[in-house]
Amino acid sequence: MRRSVRITVEILLASMVGLAGIDSAGAGEKVSGSIRIDGSSTVGPISAAVGEEFSKLNRDVKIAVAISGTGGGFKKFSAGETDISDASRPIKDAEAKKAKENGIEFIELPVAFDGISMVVNPANKFVDKLTVEELKKIWAPESKIKLWSEVRTGWPEKPIHLYGAGTDSGTFDYFTEAINGKAQACRADYTASEDDNVLVKGVSGDESALGFFGYAYYVENKDKLRIIPIDGGKGAIAPSDDSINDGTYSPLSRPIFIYVSKAAAERPEVAAFVRFYLEHAPTLVPEVGFVPLPAEVYKLARERFEKGVTGSVYLGKDTTGKKLEELYKGS
Amino acid sequence: MTRWSDRFPDNLRARRIKARIFRIGCSVLTWLSVALLAVLIYHVTRAGIGWLDWQFLNSFWSRRVTEAGIKAGLLGTLWLVSITAVLAIPIGVAAAVYLEEFGGRSRVNRFLDINISNLAGVPSIVYGLLGLALFVRWCQLGSSLLAGGMTLALLVLPVVIIASREAILAVPKSIRLAAFAIGATRWQTVRYHVLPAAAPGIMTGIILSLSRAIGEAAPIIIVGGATMIFFTPEGPMDEFTALPLQIYNWTTDPKQQFQELAAAGILVLLCVLLLMNASAVYIRNRAQKSRPW
Repeated sequence: MRRSVRITVEILLASMVGLAGIDSAGAGEKVSGSIRIDGSSTVGPISAAVGEEFSKLNRDVKIAVAISGTGGGFKKFSAGETDISDASRPIKDAEAKKAKENGIEFIELPVAFDGISMVVNPANKFVDKLTVEELKKIWAPESKIKLWSEVRTGWPEKPIHLYGAGTDSGTFDYFTEAINGKAQACRADYTASEDDNVLVKGVSGDESALGFFGYAYYVENKDKLRIIPIDGGKGAIAPSDDSINDGTYSPLSRPIFIYVSKAAAERPEVAAFVRFYLEHAPTLVPEVGFVPLPAEVYKLARERFEKGVTGSVYLGKDTTGKKLEELYKGS
Repeated sequence: MTRWSDRFPDNLRARRIKARIFRIGCSVLTWLSVALLAVLIYHVTRAGIGWLDWQFLNSFWSRRVTEAGIKAGLLGTLWLVSITAVLAIPIGVAAAVYLEEFGGRSRVNRFLDINISNLAGVPSIVYGLLGLALFVRWCQLGSSLLAGGMTLALLVLPVVIIASREAILAVPKSIRLAAFAIGATRWQTVRYHVLPAAAPGIMTGIILSLSRAIGEAAPIIIVGGATMIFFTPEGPMDEFTALPLQIYNWTTDPKQQFQELAAAGILVLLCVLLLMNASAVYIRNRAQKSRPW
């Protein structure tokens, strides 16, 4: 036992010596401290990619990104346990109230777009598109649809097997709200997983499958899946970088956010990190499979952060169909 | 004269065949579990071995698969297991010594007994929740290495106690009686005779339970272990991540190659486990040689 402890100490010492050799030249202002980030598994990789680049320039800042889901992240954030919360949907009223009770003020910053992609198995040739009404018919809480022919007349009388994001994910919240009109309202008899790779495997191995999950997972598995264009009333549109960015892939594209604690934002290392985040998001966001926001929105977000505007633009307002530019302009 | 053949009808052949079938059945099942392990190791090795190099061991999380590594997880796990050992070994061994040597058979001790056995069967995620409430929130330790190590220490404590008790119990009564006979106190008996004699068994138990601790993901996630970390921990109050968390994180990544990276991570975890188990065997063999009986 004593021996293995000594080996541990030796490895630790060796690694510290190794790190000491690298100086933080290249960083603008020298900052140190620690930044604790938690929340959505969708946004996590973006924050981590920013953290990766930021810590290359600022070796003295300790960045830790944890993944507890959007809801779990807000729980810790509103208890003051984290500095930044990753969120794949806007903060909910109850979560904002909880934060207020604990004296936590937050700055809401959009960082990227995510498109929820609807996919079928490549062997399925008959589904050309789906309208929002058809999706609602399939996914509504009271839905009894078991066959493709029940979705649209003319489609074969074959069974339909459903796959989708698990109930703890922001993806599920957003999908159910966009399609069924109410977050969390959904039929329960589908294959659910918090792990989108499980869903990719399921759909790619099941000819009767219809599934939904994050756009990044479709992009990485294009050869195993067939994307279904969605008709939200203005013609069928498939998710792509362009259609997500200009808002035409509606209603299944969504902005994703980080929430920065106001108190944490006053610490120089957190402020430097957030500035770095908004500045480098346009190049880092696509690298991890998401669509960057228009440059205008990053500029508005930066202004919002510098002015220290707290609160969410989504609370107590009807925001459906509004572009991010309109929501954040002058706020 | 026909008494024996009445009692044992003439079916010796059939009984021998039955015995043979049973023996073969048992050996097939034994080999099956070994074969499963072999298949697992084969698959993991085939997927992961190509990624296993110094760069992988010496890099942090990265969005690029070629730059990603397991350094934070490996060091986090080594820190965790050290903290767990420092806490769980003295407490566990002391509890075992008390229960076996000083406790006697009172009602209170039997109550302790049953509860320790029950604790050994509690799912690890429950310890995670306890650690979150007790260490992270109430003791205000935050999601630190110390909170994680304390949680894992709680998790392995029942196993350490039970294994140590078994080892102490296996020390022949005659050793104790001989010590008492020449006037040793109970403390001297335990310190100079029982513990040294039980040491190999105790150490085996400790290392096996620590091996279990390093494979745990659930309690670490609950306590708030991070997933993507860009620094090496420098003290027990630092944030941390651990090998199982890194592996889990890579299996959920959309890029196929990250799943091969997860396999490489599993290989690292297996190596650490193997090293620990090998040292357990070594320590046991060495200590057994110096045992007086």
